[in-house]
Amino acid sequence: MIVLALGYILSASQIEDSFMTDPVGPRIFPYIIATVMILCSVAMILRPDPDAEWPAGPMLAQLGLALLVLIGYAYAITPVGFIIPTAIASGVLSWQIGGRPARAAITGIGLGIGLWVLFRLVLGLGLRGLPAGWGI
Amino acid sequence: MDILANLAMGFEIAASPYTLLLAVIGCFVGTIIGALPGLGPSNGVALLIPISFSMGLDAISALVLLTSVYYGAMYGGRISSILLNIPGDEPAMMTTLDGYPMARQGKAGEALVISGVASFVGAFLATIGLMIFAPYLAQVAFQFGPAEYFALYMLAFCTLGGIGSNNQAKAALAAAIGLAIAMIGMDQTTGMPRFTFGEMHLMDGVDFLVAIVGLFAVAEVFFFIETHGKDSAIGVKLGKILVPWRMLKDTTGAMLRGTGIGFVAGVLPGAGASLGSFLAYMAEKSSARDKSTFGKGNPRGVAAPEAGNNAAAGGALVPMLTLGVPGSGTTAVLLALLLTLNITPGPLLFTERPEVVWSLIAALLIANVVLLLMNVPMVKVFVHILSVPAWILLPGVTMVAFVGIYSLTGSSYDMLMMVGFGALGYIMRKLDIPTVPVILGILLGNAMEDNLRRAMVLSNGDWTFLFSTPIAIGLWIAALAGFLAPIFLRKVLKTPPLPETDPSLNED
Repeated sequence: MIVLALGYILSASQIEDSFMTDPVGPRIFPYIIATVMILCSVAMILRPDPDAEWPAGPMLAQLGLALLVLIGYAYAITPVGFIIPTAIASGVLSWQIGGRPARAAITGIGLGIGLWVLFRLVLGLGLRGLPAGWGI
Repeated sequence: MDILANLAMGFEIAASPYTLLLAVIGCFVGTIIGALPGLGPSNGVALLIPISFSMGLDAISALVLLTSVYYGAMYGGRISSILLNIPGDEPAMMTTLDGYPMARQGKAGEALVISGVASFVGAFLATIGLMIFAPYLAQVAFQFGPAEYFALYMLAFCTLGGIGSNNQAKAALAAAIGLAIAMIGMDQTTGMPRFTFGEMHLMDGVDFLVAIVGLFAVAEVFFFIETHGKDSAIGVKLGKILVPWRMLKDTTGAMLRGTGIGFVAGVLPGAGASLGSFLAYMAEKSSARDKSTFGKGNPRGVAAPEAGNNAAAGGALVPMLTLGVPGSGTTAVLLALLLTLNITPGPLLFTERPEVVWSLIAALLIANVVLLLMNVPMVKVFVHILSVPAWILLPGVTMVAFVGIYSLTGSSYDMLMMVGFGALGYIMRKLDIPTVPVILGILLGNAMEDNLRRAMVLSNGDWTFLFSTPIAIGLWIAALAGFLAPIFLRKVLKTPPLPETDPSLNED
């Protein structure tokens, strides 16, 4: 907890450095914010709350995997289209929550196609379903 | 009658068949969102803003659709409270206290009907209260200058942080994070880029929709992965649904009292629906003659908090529309909606664009009637939807979030930012730092800085100008009180124990 609060102070001071390139006017308000942040961090050090239960080992890996999948998804959707990345990403998430691979795979494929139909054909959003050059 | 004439105009705009259809769809979707554990009104509306925007709806239609979703979610929160003992959203927590015991006694149907009617009474009367009070407040707000607005923003942050969280330092830290994020991008007055680190994407600043969807919806997914979705088992059978007229008659008083308390709680900035339902329940319990039956399935314990929470939702719209200062997480999301539609709430809204205000109010009334009609006979449909397992639901929600942001901006960068906000939201929730002040900070940051600077220009850099008028001083005092009072009041307020799950009831 204290380490984290120190991290906040550090980042706040880093922000302060980057204001120096600005003219005088726009700096004051961010300074106030940074001051508030530092005060709060100090208050949190002086009166720390009971620590939260942090996920350990395998769970951390799971969360990391979910994060990676979502980041990958953000990159993939433009070149590859909607259906395939959605099926993969929602399949992985479903497996992480529900646990059974086969069921998760079906969920992923179902969501990929189902949501595409909903958004593209029913609501008329501009989504490309398949990789560029494959038609739809 | 000025109000009636205005209202007629509002209905003229809002009551076309097309908007009625949208209202029905919005109510339906909203009730589902509210009923599903983990998705509340804030998440629901946040998810749907980008989608309705990229569907090309005009301002009024989008407003009708999303306010229906908002009210629908407020109604829906009670369904899972009563049947699963899991509040669908935070304000519905008090409903679990008596709603779930009623369901255990085989009175699930009655509990659902009573809470539905109570929701209607609370929300309907609160909307009428909004019609009466909002114009007056708007007139007062005309006298506000930059100094007063700056103080007002402080008040919003302070009360929200003071009441809404357990640790003032954490709430203030969250607000500061939000304000710091709002500073990213082009400086409005001088046109200089700030905190962009040479990144072109950041020149326009951080889109608040990206932040909201990330903090609320994506963070929820991480949370679910950690807990492995341990719920979604319905243990309560739902029999035939009859309207228990006698019970309704017995609970009328409770509903009306809950509505009054809830509305007042909603109008106070920062208090919001959770406090409204909490106060309504406590008041009803302490005024009742049969105190001991509360918590064991007393129908009035269902009616009062439901009326209170929906009335507070309506009351929270008063400061949001007249001052542009949202009082709670959900109204912050609604403010985001209005800003997205290029409508700036504030006192001018009532004189310059009355059609928007009054069609919004008409839409609220329509949504309420639709919800009452929908919720009482169709509650079984929603109960079935509740049994959708989390491993289908959550991936679906995530994908909807992505599609919404993608179709709005079309850039991977914004989606990455959304995932980043999701991770931030997860960490903050782990640390017990509230996320709503962050949203509020992002929404209000630029306006706040702007008003501070204008105040400084008016006064030639004299900081005492901020405390120069009676209104401003009053607001500062209220802000301080709102921030500090809960520290002392917490011991008094939180002592009545909340029987989260009554062990004796689970054993039978």
